Amino acid sequence: MGAGRLYAAVASGAFRRYATYRAATAAGVFTNTVFGLILVYTYLALWDEKPHLGGYDQAQAVTYVWLGQALLSTLAIGGGGVEDELMERIRTGDIAIDLYRPADLQLWWLSADLGRALFQLMGRGVLPFVFGAVFFPVALPSDAGTWAAFLVAVLLAMLVGFGIRFLVALSAFWLLDGTGVAQTAWITGFFCSGMVLPLNVFPGAIGETVRALPWSSLLQAPADVLLGRAEPWGVFAFQGAWALALLALGRLVQSVATRRVVVQGG
Amino acid sequence: MAEPGRVAEGLRAYRMIAVMWIRSTMAYRASFVMTTVANFAATALDFVAILLMFSRVDALGGYTLPEVAFLYGLSGTAFGLADLTIGSMERLGRRVRDGTLDTLLVRPAPVLAQLAADRFALRRLGRVTQGALVLGYALTSLDIAWTPLKLLLMPVMVVSGAAIFSAVFVAGAAFQFVAQDASEVQNAFTYGGTTLLQYPPTVFAKELVRGVTFVLPLAFVNWLPATYVLGRPYPLDLPVWTAFAPPLVAVGCCALAGAAWRTGLRSYRSTGS
Repeated sequence: MGAGRLYAAVASGAFRRYATYRAATAAGVFTNTVFGLILVYTYLALWDEKPHLGGYDQAQAVTYVWLGQALLSTLAIGGGGVEDELMERIRTGDIAIDLYRPADLQLWWLSADLGRALFQLMGRGVLPFVFGAVFFPVALPSDAGTWAAFLVAVLLAMLVGFGIRFLVALSAFWLLDGTGVAQTAWITGFFCSGMVLPLNVFPGAIGETVRALPWSSLLQAPADVLLGRAEPWGVFAFQGAWALALLALGRLVQSVATRRVVVQGG
Repeated sequence: MAEPGRVAEGLRAYRMIAVMWIRSTMAYRASFVMTTVANFAATALDFVAILLMFSRVDALGGYTLPEVAFLYGLSGTAFGLADLTIGSMERLGRRVRDGTLDTLLVRPAPVLAQLAADRFALRRLGRVTQGALVLGYALTSLDIAWTPLKLLLMPVMVVSGAAIFSAVFVAGAAFQFVAQDASEVQNAFTYGGTTLLQYPPTVFAKELVRGVTFVLPLAFVNWLPATYVLGRPYPLDLPVWTAFAPPLVAVGCCALAGAAWRTGLRSYRSTGS
């Protein structure tokens, strides 16, 4: 089997695996919609108090909320990506099996995560977004070009998201129980990706800092493209640079980590 | 209703299982410290977001920062206590799926107590601490005209609020007997509920406020009693006495949740594998 076909098979396997749990998906759609509702009212109150906060008008702020709910599970910003399983495999030692497969560890899990993300986007992300667009005033682009650019930004966000979470998972090679690191990582991600508040609303130096961190590639970057607030090419370059840096670092850590693995008999 | 002997038995089982889990957690001390800090930080960042909002505006829905902090602290503390004592119930769906619930059924202790103490996570103290700190900040910066009644209402509010959230957890677990995979729905009411209550009722649409007052009575956790303490207009023009209803509402919620739990448990059919 060609390498490309192998990873495509891993990705489609992950896609189908997540697609199997229909009740869980429906539950996720419901939960994301409820959270979207709560957030949207707080944002409306905020933008009522201060119109054009962070350069958004009210409709753009509302769009941002529903986009966040659509991308939350897609990018596993609050956890729930393949890193949980990878960490568990490192802890139990099953990782040894992954290592003697004739496939690259990082690419294998990247493919699995992309398959998962694609399903979460279609299965869990679209419905809350449509709900928001139907019941609240939103600002959506009318030209196909912006939508296409937005999809590219989402794809790059998937790469950056995986890059971060792969590093988190590899920490289990040293810590065994990676729960603490994983939790710390998803909290940081939740805050720094702009899930609680758009990053362009963050004041002064805090704002500039969070906008330069990799997490701003996750939600803020696609939002900027969708809302027409940034030049797509600049956004792609920013996301692409972070994706490359994180994946390269992941590769480096992986090679150090796998040299540590001692397969015990039995 | 359960007789006193059974309640004592349940509490004893709960204590023993909880202690066991605490000892087990301490085997990975570094991870325990990190998860507790993470638990604290996760909720603290919620509040940081509110602080950031107030760095750009002076009021949200007509409430100032200390007033919002008051609501936030009350909701956070009440929810944190419920999450600490009974939050593990949300794992029931997994136990139903993989069949490990059967193990609990054959043990000579109430299933509810066993499940509530299952994987008892002391790290959840992080959330309680964070809520209490914000409440402390609110109390020092607010200028409340204290009366004995208002003072009495404070602990009553926190305990009733914790009981109401606990009822939501138990009802959610009962629902999982039927829903299984759909356990995430529960999050909308537990985590969603506490997030909702962190903001003033004036922010939300009337229908939503009505829903959390009359259908799922979360408004009694903090909105209504806090309105009395702060001396603000009542949401939905409700009468003043509703501020003192939380204990009654909590008892009602717990009774309903208990009934739902027993129904759910009776309907349980093992996976058979």
